[in-house]
Amino acid sequence: MAKFGERLFNWFDERYKIRGFIEFMSHKSVPQHRHSIWYYFGGVSLFLFIIQVVTGILLLLYYRVGEDSSYESVQFIVSKVKFGWLIRSIHSWSANLMILAVFIHMFSVYFTKAYRKPRELTWVTGFLLLILSLTFGFSGYLLPWNELAFFATKVGTEIIGSIPVIGKELLIIVRGGEDVTGATLSRFFGLHVAILPGIFTVILFIHLLFVQIQGMSEPPEWEKLPPEKRKYIPFFPNFLLRDLLLWLIILNILAVLAVFFPWDLGKKADPFAPAPAGIKPEWYFLFMYQTLKLLPPKVLFIEGEFFGVLIFTVAGILWMLVPFWDVKTEKGYRNRLINYIGLFVLIYMITMTILGYALS
Amino acid sequence: MVQEHRSSRRNFLNYILGFGFLGWIISVLYPIIRYIIPPKIPEAKVKSVKVGKVGDFNPGTGTIFKFGNKPGILIRLETGEFRAFSAVCTHLDCTVQYREDMKAIWCACHNGVYDLNGRNISGPPPRPLEAFRVIVRGDEIYVSKEG
Ligand code: FES
Repeated sequence: MAKFGERLFNWFDERYKIRGFIEFMSHKSVPQHRHSIWYYFGGVSLFLFIIQVVTGILLLLYYRVGEDSSYESVQFIVSKVKFGWLIRSIHSWSANLMILAVFIHMFSVYFTKAYRKPRELTWVTGFLLLILSLTFGFSGYLLPWNELAFFATKVGTEIIGSIPVIGKELLIIVRGGEDVTGATLSRFFGLHVAILPGIFTVILFIHLLFVQIQGMSEPPEWEKLPPEKRKYIPFFPNFLLRDLLLWLIILNILAVLAVFFPWDLGKKADPFAPAPAGIKPEWYFLFMYQTLKLLPPKVLFIEGEFFGVLIFTVAGILWMLVPFWDVKTEKGYRNRLINYIGLFVLIYMITMTILGYALS
Repeated sequence: MVQEHRSSRRNFLNYILGFGFLGWIISVLYPIIRYIIPPKIPEAKVKSVKVGKVGDFNPGTGTIFKFGNKPGILIRLETGEFRAFSAVCTHLDCTVQYREDMKAIWCACHNGVYDLNGRNISGPPPRPLEAFRVIVRGDEIYVSKEG
């Protein structure tokens, strides 16, 4: 048996030179310090993404896109198909947990300044993955074609229309027409199950490749430590096993959430019914939504909505480019300003989210 | 001389290649972009619709009706008078509703309020609701676009 394994290995090694790769993996190590817990959130996000892919494919077996079939097919999945309710519930829960994990991952990288040279592009690709995840969330939300999603999509896309000059045209492209209709549903479906997964996978691959090539970042305090004070644990098997254990825990949390708090389907969307009370976007858009709500209709001759969009776009771009403008101060310490900005952003997002819940 | 000649020839070639590449990109992207812009479907402009019979609507209620492919709202005031507006909120496109307790038109999306003349009185809506004309012919109610 061992012989066979060895022969198999040699067969592959002769063709694909895997010995070098194994060598590389066996020397890979992960820094061990009091902030190392944050290293795991990237892995958690990845795991949840994999769950999304698997449950998403399963849902595709029964889901039928269309004004007259989307809602009905989801209803069929959750009521007739064996374990359909479970698959759908996990897909929804895992989507939310994934966004949460991605946010935690991002802020931990931000505050530990792991984006510094040479990891600028890892940060940029990570930011793109965040934007793609949010788009995943937004497009997927509409697919069950229920009342809440219908109006949330109406409002969410209408904001695009507030962009001067190209807004109207852009809105029509996004909606597939002037209104949110079956055409919008088809577009969002295509986006959600084909376009986004394709782009996401490529960028995710690049992101992970960068991490593999450069290894985990070490905290700035380590620069002052003598080498013997820096502790590492081997990636394989120590870190990987811990990772797997955490994944198992996450899977259990997911199962508990999905079973005890199954995702509601709600009422079918009816374009000729008034918007129901309690219209709210998903929690991860709430801080933007709340901001828009607080803005006056006109800010300095600009429409309030557009002003908000402008602010968020500019802020997002600056955030994405932080590795390039975070410079060392004269004393050689890392810029404190960065921490304050990060803290401000975090507190702002949390307050607005709480406000969004409290004020409705 | 020969050197210069060569490099200028090389520059020239680069330009040609560059333009060729640009042209190629455009000829690929242009059809795709045009493709994703949905074609305009000519819809019959709706001027007027029949909403129902006078007896179908109680005083102090509001009803959503179809006006073309957009929703409209028909309100019967407590006095028995009819008023109709577009039900599309001027803020961000939600569908408004009549609130009996507020004696006003209300939008659930961001708590926008219009009075019974369709004027935006509180919340984010920037403009009044578009008003329609109500014509009662016999006991049939017709709603038509003004002008
Ligand atoms: S869409 Fe009606 S108040 Fe915002």
